[in-house]
Amino acid sequence: MATWIQAKKTLDLKHQMELARNDFPILGQLIHGKPLVYLDNAATTQKPNAVIRADTAYYETQNANVHRGVHSLSEVATSLYEDARKTVAEFLNAASPSEIVFTRSTTESINLVAHVMGRTQIGAGDEIILTELEHHSNIVPWQLLCERTGARLKIIPILESGDLNLEAATPLFGPHTRMLAVTHVSNALGTVNNLAPLIALAHEQGALVLVDGAQAVPHLAVDVQALDCDFYVFSGHKIYGPTGIGVLYGKRSWLDRLPPWQGGGDMITMVSFQKTTYADPPHKFEAGTPPIAQAIGLAEALRYVTGLGYPAIQAYEENLELYALRRLLEIPGIQLIGQPLKRASIISFVMTGIHPHDIGTVLDQYGIAVRAGHHCAMPLMEHYQVPATVRASFAFYNTHEEVDSLAQALDQTWSLFHP
Amino acid sequence: MSGLLALYQDIILDHNRSPRNFRKLAHTSHEARGFNPLCGDKMTLYLEVEDQCIRDVGFEGSGCASSTASASLMTERLKGMTLEEAGRLFHEVHHYLTQPPDTPPSRASTLGKLEALGGVRQYPARVKCATLAWHTLEAALHNRLEPVTTELEPDADR
Repeated sequence: MATWIQAKKTLDLKHQMELARNDFPILGQLIHGKPLVYLDNAATTQKPNAVIRADTAYYETQNANVHRGVHSLSEVATSLYEDARKTVAEFLNAASPSEIVFTRSTTESINLVAHVMGRTQIGAGDEIILTELEHHSNIVPWQLLCERTGARLKIIPILESGDLNLEAATPLFGPHTRMLAVTHVSNALGTVNNLAPLIALAHEQGALVLVDGAQAVPHLAVDVQALDCDFYVFSGHKIYGPTGIGVLYGKRSWLDRLPPWQGGGDMITMVSFQKTTYADPPHKFEAGTPPIAQAIGLAEALRYVTGLGYPAIQAYEENLELYALRRLLEIPGIQLIGQPLKRASIISFVMTGIHPHDIGTVLDQYGIAVRAGHHCAMPLMEHYQVPATVRASFAFYNTHEEVDSLAQALDQTWSLFHP
Repeated sequence: MSGLLALYQDIILDHNRSPRNFRKLAHTSHEARGFNPLCGDKMTLYLEVEDQCIRDVGFEGSGCASSTASASLMTERLKGMTLEEAGRLFHEVHHYLTQPPDTPPSRASTLGKLEALGGVRQYPARVKCATLAWHTLEAALHNRLEPVTTELEPDADR
């Protein structure tokens, strides 16, 4: 009986996601005469009609600049923009919309934090802890900060599985630790990090914690208050929203205390040539005209995702991921890179004697889009002693039939290179 | 011949599987390193030159089939050439690889086996894979020590 109920649930989920797939117009096209199989979702996701329509509607009927006009359109645009902020705050379970700063991207959010931290909180001799799993965008801003201030980086290593080595992490934390910047989900391996013990270690030392959530939010529900991180950042385009919009969540107490980043309009209360007073957060960190249409599109994307529901998304994606892992392991010469305890819809692999770029090129001929390369995680590639990997990354709109197409095309690739 | 068949001709797959002259030389007079930051392909080229003539040649590194086969085929051809001939060959190959797909080699072509590299021309993103070895050769001929990167000259390879 129980297995029957389970089977019925799985079928219902498949049906639900098949319907959802129809919301994404781009997925219906042919590439080289074959149906597009889009498995590059960790690079960027496709957009549902609701997001595309929100963008069009904004430019057709609502476009005006925000926070400055007294005319009707400006009021409409301003309220849509500020409503988007509320939607993001609810999405992350932030304590208040004022804790949500809109930026251009995850990268810009991290650069913002690194920059303002460097002006007041971090100096020579201080230590910033990163992990071996980080994307270049969560390494380089901190390196730049170290160059400016004389602070030092410390790196939490990984185990062979691609999980963080928590035992080795503990002694890295000490009285000089000022910052922990860690990814929630690895963009290259798919590892879902167990953040709670790391955040506790950082806070014990009075250090702040930034979590890079770019690869997490499309796959799992995030509650920033439960996590108790000080900053959480993600990008709109990786969660079915527009490009050009990023989110920085920051605890209000920190946003109050930290200095502004860029100067300009919208971030001030009063300007004279003698002295300028800054606006309260979040506007203090949003100089200039913000990405208005993109924020509205992002809010629409978040409503779409929460409408489907994370329990359904997670159950479906886990099932698809297990199926993909099983099919991939049947193919000769495949070696998985990283076998983390918990993974979020990302599978990295190499094939004996075939360079990942060649695999990517062959798969493209079958209409299959994957990423082949170092995934902006060169230190991680160095760890596994590979120049690059092939990465297949899934979304809820991907199907078991698409996994079959991938497996068949990989079989063909193997035969081509090993006649 | 089109698409994958042109890109992965038997000769390319063969040189990818068993690259020729894949070794460091005991006596190196000219050496250069090449790097393609976009895909991470890396190579080091070693030349043993005596009286303006390339006596021996070897390479090391890692890259895709086009990049490995291109380096392997190049080293086969270079042995016995004068530096001047090698310089001319660089220009001929570079010109050939940056022509639109299906452009035949010129009538005075000396490409021979190297024509097989032309399959990359249908894949704009992959042209740099095939030219990496040749840019590295050019640097070695001029004894330029800083690594060659294919990204510094975006227009050179389209």
